[in-house]
Amino acid sequence: MARRSFLRYAGAGLAAAGMLGAAACHKANPVVATGLDIGIGDTGILNYAYALEQLEAAFYIQVVATPYSGITATETARLTDIRDHEVAHREFLKATLGTSQAIPALTPDFSSINFGTRASVLAAAQAFEDLGVQAYNGAGFLIESGIYLGIAGKIVSVEARHASYIRDLITPGSFGDTTILDVNGMDQSKTIAQVLPIANTFLKTKVNASNFGYVAS
Amino acid sequence: MNLLGLIEEIEKADPEFQDRISPRRDAIKNITSFGSKVAIASLPFAFATLFKKAYGQTAITSVTDTLNFALKLEFLESAFYTTGLANTTLTAQFSTMELAYLNSIKSHEAAHVKFLQGVLGSSAVLQSSQGNNGTYDITAGGTFPTVMTSSATFLTVACAFEDTGVRAYKGAAPNLAGNQSSLTAALNIHSVEARHASAIRQLLFGRGITIKPWITGANDTGVAAVNANYAGEDNTTQNGLVITSLSGVSGTISTNAATEAFDEPLTPAQVLPLVTPFGVK
Repeated sequence: MARRSFLRYAGAGLAAAGMLGAAACHKANPVVATGLDIGIGDTGILNYAYALEQLEAAFYIQVVATPYSGITATETARLTDIRDHEVAHREFLKATLGTSQAIPALTPDFSSINFGTRASVLAAAQAFEDLGVQAYNGAGFLIESGIYLGIAGKIVSVEARHASYIRDLITPGSFGDTTILDVNGMDQSKTIAQVLPIANTFLKTKVNASNFGYVAS
Repeated sequence: MNLLGLIEEIEKADPEFQDRISPRRDAIKNITSFGSKVAIASLPFAFATLFKKAYGQTAITSVTDTLNFALKLEFLESAFYTTGLANTTLTAQFSTMELAYLNSIKSHEAAHVKFLQGVLGSSAVLQSSQGNNGTYDITAGGTFPTVMTSSATFLTVACAFEDTGVRAYKGAAPNLAGNQSSLTAALNIHSVEARHASAIRQLLFGRGITIKPWITGANDTGVAAVNANYAGEDNTTQNGLVITSLSGVSGTISTNAATEAFDEPLTPAQVLPLVTPFGVK
């Protein structure tokens, strides 16, 4: 395990140096991951969830710490609740994975979000919540353990409750409109390879899933 | 395709696997000689045949039964909103925004019915097999006598339906494990039921009721008649971890947050008594 970790980090360093070379001669250079890899099997899926929950928790911690202009008392209470739910998810996943399996703490990059304005904060919140729902739904079938599948189910519906609330804060009645649901009135699950590139735009440390078909370029 | 590895994996998940395929035990154990008699290319097919024989109808029926159970619940939910929104005594009491929310949910439930019927095909249960020739008792045998005359009662029942629907899909999902399309479809409906539950709770909050979009503790609706629908939602231990002992932003995670952050499942056997009074069979 230690050896594998070492190689992973060594690879991360090499990749940065190899970027220009890769651009110049794409085919000759294999894609080398930058940042972290979630791993394989259920550990990989739990780390995937852990990465997303870290991102969400960090976001809401910032939202509550620096409230946007004109925030109401109810909004503060609800956003604080959501913050605490995401922290509970993050800490649960971290403890479940254990120190030997869990990816390290990720450094977020929220430079694209203006925490001072309601519109910017809620748009980001909506994006995070909808993405979380789509991510859990899309990863469900990959989970081998019945227990972890059950836990993922317990978490994803709470993310959906958040998504619904945030959407209605932005536009009342948009909790399940046609921009998010398909013609069957169903959420549209996303694969790991679809979710991580979006999540990575908010992360300084890039997250890879080499065993699930995604390596950050 | 690593057949031997796959067999080992199946044995881990199902210790009785060898017994299930007892007559073919030698063939499995001696897979190399088995392979010598069957073209390598047809091995996956031969294995699939063995697998099908080992599990036969059981696995298939389980998925079908689970999807039919979901269909029965969607029939009820769809009928609930269709009946309520066709009732002018009720609709006159809703605001324009409330009606928009409810109509949106109504259309989703109808779409879920259609989707599940499409997936199940000729195996789909008929709505006429439910209730009284397809008509439900929305009062649940008189438990909610004003459900079609009071918008407040209607919203309360809607809240219980949606929260229970979330629990039902969650509890049934493990039956679909290993079936990528069915499980993913069920999860994609499950999260929409949660969006609905959150939306209905927002409507209740808008009417001055103390309730959040997420479930705090057990029954947080203030309506004792739905206590059983929320039984166990106050769980604070997940996979052996006491959530309230984990680190929060300041101190540990609060009990409220610990219960709100995880929705709890109900098995089909637990859900059935909750919906039987409405006519689900």
